[in-house]
Amino acid sequence: MLRILHQIFRTGIVTEPFKPEVEARVTLVGEGLEKEVAERFKRSLTIRFVDAGSCNGCELELVAVNNPVYDSERFGIHFAASPRYADMLLVTGPVSRNMEIALKRTYDAMPAPKLVVALGDCAFNGGVFGESYASLGSVGNVVPVDAYIHGCPPSPEEILKGIMKAVTR
Amino acid sequence: MSERSESVLKAIAAKGVVEVDGTVKGASAYRAGKEMFAHAARVMKDAGWRLVAEWAIDESAFNRGFCVFAAYCLGGEYLVIRTEIPRDEAHFQSLTRYFPAAFRFERQIRSLMGLIPTGHPDLRPWIAHEDWPEDAYPLRKDFDGTKPMGRASGEYQWIKAEGEGVFEVAVGPVHAGIIEPGHFRFQSVGENILNLETRFGYVHKGIEKRFEALGWIEAVKLSGRVSGDTTVAHSSAFCMAAETASGIKPAERASFIRAIMMERERIANHLGDIGAICNDTAFAFLHYQFSILREKVLRTNKEVFGHRLMMDSVCLGGVVRDIPVKGVDLMLEEARAIMEEFERLVRIYEDNPSLEDRLYSTGVLSPETAKAIGAVGFVARSSGQHIDVRKDSPFSPYDSHAPVVPVLSSGDVHARAWVRVEEVRESFRLMRELIAALPAGPLTAQWNPPSPGASGFSVVEGWRGEVVYWVECGPNGFINRCMIRDASSVNWLAIEQAIHGNIVPDFPLCNKSFNQSYSGHDL
Repeated sequence: MLRILHQIFRTGIVTEPFKPEVEARVTLVGEGLEKEVAERFKRSLTIRFVDAGSCNGCELELVAVNNPVYDSERFGIHFAASPRYADMLLVTGPVSRNMEIALKRTYDAMPAPKLVVALGDCAFNGGVFGESYASLGSVGNVVPVDAYIHGCPPSPEEILKGIMKAVTR
Repeated sequence: MSERSESVLKAIAAKGVVEVDGTVKGASAYRAGKEMFAHAARVMKDAGWRLVAEWAIDESAFNRGFCVFAAYCLGGEYLVIRTEIPRDEAHFQSLTRYFPAAFRFERQIRSLMGLIPTGHPDLRPWIAHEDWPEDAYPLRKDFDGTKPMGRASGEYQWIKAEGEGVFEVAVGPVHAGIIEPGHFRFQSVGENILNLETRFGYVHKGIEKRFEALGWIEAVKLSGRVSGDTTVAHSSAFCMAAETASGIKPAERASFIRAIMMERERIANHLGDIGAICNDTAFAFLHYQFSILREKVLRTNKEVFGHRLMMDSVCLGGVVRDIPVKGVDLMLEEARAIMEEFERLVRIYEDNPSLEDRLYSTGVLSPETAKAIGAVGFVARSSGQHIDVRKDSPFSPYDSHAPVVPVLSSGDVHARAWVRVEEVRESFRLMRELIAALPAGPLTAQWNPPSPGASGFSVVEGWRGEVVYWVECGPNGFINRCMIRDASSVNWLAIEQAIHGNIVPDFPLCNKSFNQSYSGHDL
């Protein structure tokens, strides 16, 4: 126990403020989205995440968003285990044909208003996998998307900024 | 040729003709008649060889039928046996009697190439789902992979358990956390698991078919996205297969840089996983501490290699960029600082009775089972298997800079965590050694596509274990077929075995200790 306490004091607080020079690469699709959402969610946001066919690269960086350095919880961002009480659906892809139904069902299970953010270059246009018998390409081909976060994979900071931008100003 | 290959070949040849297959580079390769395929497997099994991979190709581009391949390994030696199958007799002898790993290889061949493994006890689709149209075999050349595929009706037949109080728990494909999709079905009584059946294919993106539509340069980018956490090992393995096929040796300095990146990939993933295993026992403290260390490694990657996961750093013939002068100091200083923290955290791990209670004797994969299913990588090394491509079949620079490979035999969650603790230490040591010995010279060797019909076989030790590629050049100079076998393709079999006798609430912990790839498996 003493070792744990020592380590805690030695580590201190590692959480970082946003660096101003990092501009998130985000495309907002929904019109008037920012204002609408700022009013509705009041800076407290529950996210249901779905991997719809990703290579796992985006997931690694999304997990990093929860580490002590980026600490998404300080912004009221929380990842939920159920779509039933989620405000936002965060999707990585390309959407594989074998995940299409599961993604649609998750979307349908969410209460309105639903905010959908597509994460990564593959979720934007299919990326290197393109569209094929097994890949449906962009998340926008399957569910309506409000914002895209670009990058392969986007960095944790870009992900956080993208989520923030889609929710508040 | 070694003595052991010679003796198995003699035993196989006792039943018919075996010819040297000169088109395959990177492994000893032979052609045998269709009726010899299972006989060869029996001989290999009796001689103690492991089935590494089994795959099929459509040779219409060469005006021939199909071929089925089986690759075997013993003591770092790889042997490939090919058998030809006429187009109008689309079946081959199943190897499932000899090798459990063949169960899924052959279901996959049946689903994606439409060749029927005669004698296979379970012909349910694999990777393909039950709603795929009948006769949709994407890896056949006459299948147009660019068009969307319709949906048919069908139902997957799950393995059932019956009896008083037996019930099913169905989990996935969408999971509670931030992980990849797959389905796990438990038959249980109370909390005790009677049987676990896994079912994947959800993230099947048609990667192998996609390779056939891309040029060689673009294909490297695709190989780096087969499994995002293993991007360096996969792109290195693809490049090595292509380089072998065209008879090129990558630049010496580049092979060192590839290895430095592979060790860093191993370190970053192990750091994250050791913490995540602790987190699944609700010991969040160590999870956060280890994730800080992982973050440090990724930031150094960004500074030195320009990308946090080091994606797109490997190219045909070498590597894309050199290590900058300050990069060496950065990596050395990082290694020193992280190891200091790491050892403090490992002491805390060792001293914690709650961890001991949860991790020891949980999810045991016995050495016998690990050997029988042909497990690889840290999963195998945690279950008593002395197996590591870097040591057994060393490619440059591991031939001159060998790692010390830790092996434990208890096969439980703790063993899988502890082998990785040892590997983090060893990879940092090896990384320092490789940096010190980094030779001068160019970053790339001249790349030329292989000649039509030539193919290359390559094996690399990724952080999960053996990554295998086989790439064949078509008559037009482009990729005719690219076979990928991630460590996960065999190691996923292990979790179904290791979970017997455990309780449902321990499944996430067991699964995290294996942490196999869904994308690398589903392709």
